[in-house]
Amino acid sequence: MDQLSATLLLKAALWMYVVAGAGSLLALRKEKLANLAGFGGATLGGLCGIGAALRFLAGPADQDSSFELWNSLVPYVRLTVKLDALGAFFLLILSLLVVALSIYSLGYVKSFYGRKNVAVLGSLYNGLLISTTLVFVAANAFFLLIAWELMALTAYCLVSFEHEKPEARNAGVLYFIMSHIGTGCLILGFLILFQAAGGTSPGDYAFDRFRAIRDNLSAGQRDAVFLLFLFGFGVKAGIVPLHIWLPVAHPVAPSNISALLSGALIKTGVYGVTRVLFDFLGTPPNWWGVTLLTIGTISALLGVLYALMEHDLKRLLAYHSIENIGIIFMGLGASLMFLHTNHPVLASLALIAGLYHTINHAIFKSLLFLGAGAVLHSTHTRNMEEMGGLIKRMPWTAFFFLTGSVAISALPPLNGFISEWLTYQSLLQGFGTTSSLVRIMFPLAGAMLALTGALAAACFVKAFGITFLAQPRSEEARHAHEVPTSMLAGMGLLTAACVFLGLFPTTFLKLFDPLTLQLTGERLSQRLTLANGLVLGTTQQLGGTVSTLGIVLTGLCLLPIPFVLWLLFGRRARTRIGPTWDCGLRGLTPAMEYTATGFSKPIRMIFKALFRPRREVQREYDYSPYFAKTLRFESHIEEAFVTRIYRPLNRGILRLSRRMRALQAGSIQAYLIYIFITLLLLLMFAL
Amino acid sequence: MNLALSIIVQTALLLALAPLVSGCIKNWKAKLQNRRGPPPWQPYLDLAKFLRKDMVISEHASWIFRAMPYVLFSSTLLAGLMVPLVSVSAPLSLFGGALAFVGLLALGRFFLALGGLDTASAFGGMGSSREMTIAAIAEPALMLAIFTVAINAGSTNLSQMLAAAQGPTWKLLNPAHVLAFAALFIVLLAETGRIPIDNPATHLELTMIHEAMILEYSGRYLALIEWSASIKQLVLMTLLVNIFFPVGIAVNSSLAAVGISSLCLLLKLFGLAAAIVVVETTNAKLRLFRVPDLLTTAFVLAALALLSTFLFQ
Repeated sequence: MDQLSATLLLKAALWMYVVAGAGSLLALRKEKLANLAGFGGATLGGLCGIGAALRFLAGPADQDSSFELWNSLVPYVRLTVKLDALGAFFLLILSLLVVALSIYSLGYVKSFYGRKNVAVLGSLYNGLLISTTLVFVAANAFFLLIAWELMALTAYCLVSFEHEKPEARNAGVLYFIMSHIGTGCLILGFLILFQAAGGTSPGDYAFDRFRAIRDNLSAGQRDAVFLLFLFGFGVKAGIVPLHIWLPVAHPVAPSNISALLSGALIKTGVYGVTRVLFDFLGTPPNWWGVTLLTIGTISALLGVLYALMEHDLKRLLAYHSIENIGIIFMGLGASLMFLHTNHPVLASLALIAGLYHTINHAIFKSLLFLGAGAVLHSTHTRNMEEMGGLIKRMPWTAFFFLTGSVAISALPPLNGFISEWLTYQSLLQGFGTTSSLVRIMFPLAGAMLALTGALAAACFVKAFGITFLAQPRSEEARHAHEVPTSMLAGMGLLTAACVFLGLFPTTFLKLFDPLTLQLTGERLSQRLTLANGLVLGTTQQLGGTVSTLGIVLTGLCLLPIPFVLWLLFGRRARTRIGPTWDCGLRGLTPAMEYTATGFSKPIRMIFKALFRPRREVQREYDYSPYFAKTLRFESHIEEAFVTRIYRPLNRGILRLSRRMRALQAGSIQAYLIYIFITLLLLLMFAL
Repeated sequence: MNLALSIIVQTALLLALAPLVSGCIKNWKAKLQNRRGPPPWQPYLDLAKFLRKDMVISEHASWIFRAMPYVLFSSTLLAGLMVPLVSVSAPLSLFGGALAFVGLLALGRFFLALGGLDTASAFGGMGSSREMTIAAIAEPALMLAIFTVAINAGSTNLSQMLAAAQGPTWKLLNPAHVLAFAALFIVLLAETGRIPIDNPATHLELTMIHEAMILEYSGRYLALIEWSASIKQLVLMTLLVNIFFPVGIAVNSSLAAVGISSLCLLLKLFGLAAAIVVVETTNAKLRLFRVPDLLTTAFVLAALALLSTFLFQ
């Protein structure tokens, strides 16, 4: 019964998306109907998806859930779907987001009425959901690649949805190019595996076959496969230095789509890396883990540093996605290192840390993007320097955004703290797993994680403080208003998820059991749960324990203290509302407030080797420079990866292609000769 | 029941002891500079005065401004409850160790900085910006030093770390310990706003950090904030002396052991306070952009501590 339900629910979810997408398109001219069909249908699909994932993860370990989606007419291509624990976990993440995002979209999309085509948006959205779902459940390489490409194409259309803006078009093209370089690597990687698996029958593309032949691969093949997949999936995940498309593409999409891109889509990269490295390739050599841990640490640190320099709210959030992907990769890298030294329990702990952070990031990042979308909806700007004072005008949005900020800054008691706590614990315990010098990496990575966390907190003090607090800095911010209920409901759902995953990690951990059983052969949730499920421990007896629920309850018990103090001393004290002290001037104006750029100035100066800040000041004055009539100020930072790596690379490619132009003579004889020579070379190579 | 009792006792201890330590530092600093200075019990009088005073709240402030003192006060106290004070087992040691301790202090700081931004004053923004920056660059040194101790103890639980430090292998001049202590001492100066980094005696100067954030607070809220600041200082100092000089800490809860332990704790705290006084008197405040150099030194010290663990094991 159970297995039937999981597959049935999965089919229901997929069909729901299909129906919603088609329904939205059919109601082309009726915007309200298209909205309801597209996003209402997607909500139902998301609910089915959650059901399928939970049913599967709670069910018995050996359930068979494979089915043919479609009897393919093309030989070699089999559209086999198979739900397994890893896929089901990512399906859960996606479906959770879909429910919240679709509810939010019902209200958000109204702002497009009469301006953009809502029906197309709805159908593209559902197309993206179908293809992403299929990426997580595809059971062979061919099918995965088809779904992967569909996903990239629909995502491209959605990024460029507001194509009348040049920035959206450019971002779409950049995304498209980067995504295809990645896909190229994936195809090569799968071809190597296919060849090793025999390379003759269509069955050699199946994931089961890849698992079976893991010992047939030579060391060189394994390393090549590792690098190709790391690059291919890394582009999608947005690890440094392959990240440059992410802060460009995510912000320009409509905000509900940005939330989906940053929340779920980049997780397909994490899924791919986990699938290949943990599922296909068996015991890894040490340098794989070291590479992943290093890349993760660098991505985390650089992501947050660049985020601090942004005053575009959505770009800031996009850079934070790079940071969080880095933290996820730290967990995965540590896990690989433990697999190498044959510590399956620790490997499971680190894997759980990484994947727990994956779901956490999906939730709070979507929440923050939705909050940014609500702000954009009311103020029509993404520039934080024109916001301020929104907490009084949009109290609920402010509250949800604050919760998301606390969660992403890894502060107790919310969910970000739990997953970073697990990451710290696995890093610390890693010190004892080996006696080589490599072990020094673990505490150093931990220290960098601490720096990242503290910088993230600084960044979100800035993001929340400048956007929502103090006086409004523009007319638009002054006249902002709260967003419709459905948008608030979507954000509220995600806020509740943040609180649940923060306070009840021990309940949630049970879902990881089938997953770690599949990938590392351990069941951990029992061993991580102490004191009637209230306290989260590490597997080691001394390790360390934490209970956010306990902290919150004790904190509530401490609250009477200020009250008693008030009873004892302050009952006669009164409270007055007065102006903020203005140094004797005639009232404070918004221009005197601290700006986002000013807030991050100390960090810009401290890390000036990285940012290379440049500023230009022009003053016009009559008598003395201290009494300027006009003042123009400009400041820039260098985007090191673009100017140092990508631009030179781009120039090189252009130069090369200019040289190649000589080959393209345009005469048919020349082309025939090329074909002949190629054929000859191929024959020589094959024989 | 035992848990509740130990929570109550430790909360009371933290609340009562923290102003005294602040007062002593202020008094001794004045003495060392040939001033008479306020008496050591002055902070208690100040707190009572603030609690009785009326409050003026900025017209631009939101509920964040009003919630902040309570969040800061509770989170600091909660962090304090995770630190072993007179007995090896801290009341909340099961609910969190070093990582939760650092996290709770960060939570308080997060809201403190938001409170600074909430009143639309440039001073508040300046203070918040500097506070978050300095905290960020102090964090890796703090964590690395804690990791060094945690790796030796095999646990991030502060009680376990203390228990491990008490064993026969403990040596006063263990290089890893000395280096980690030096790193944490610098972090302590940064976290509590002491002189090479921030001057606790300034008010309305462009160099202020902590004072700038709380410039708009008055009355009861100010009392809670000041109290939290001194509790945070007490807790960090306790952590330092108890982990690096675990002399005389009560292992059981007999009256004699607790008595000796309390006495030892007081002596050790006063010793550390004296060190802070000397540092504060003999140094000038650093320029803001020199502070990273100092904190990088702390980080390097912590890294050396870690390396020496690696070498001497």
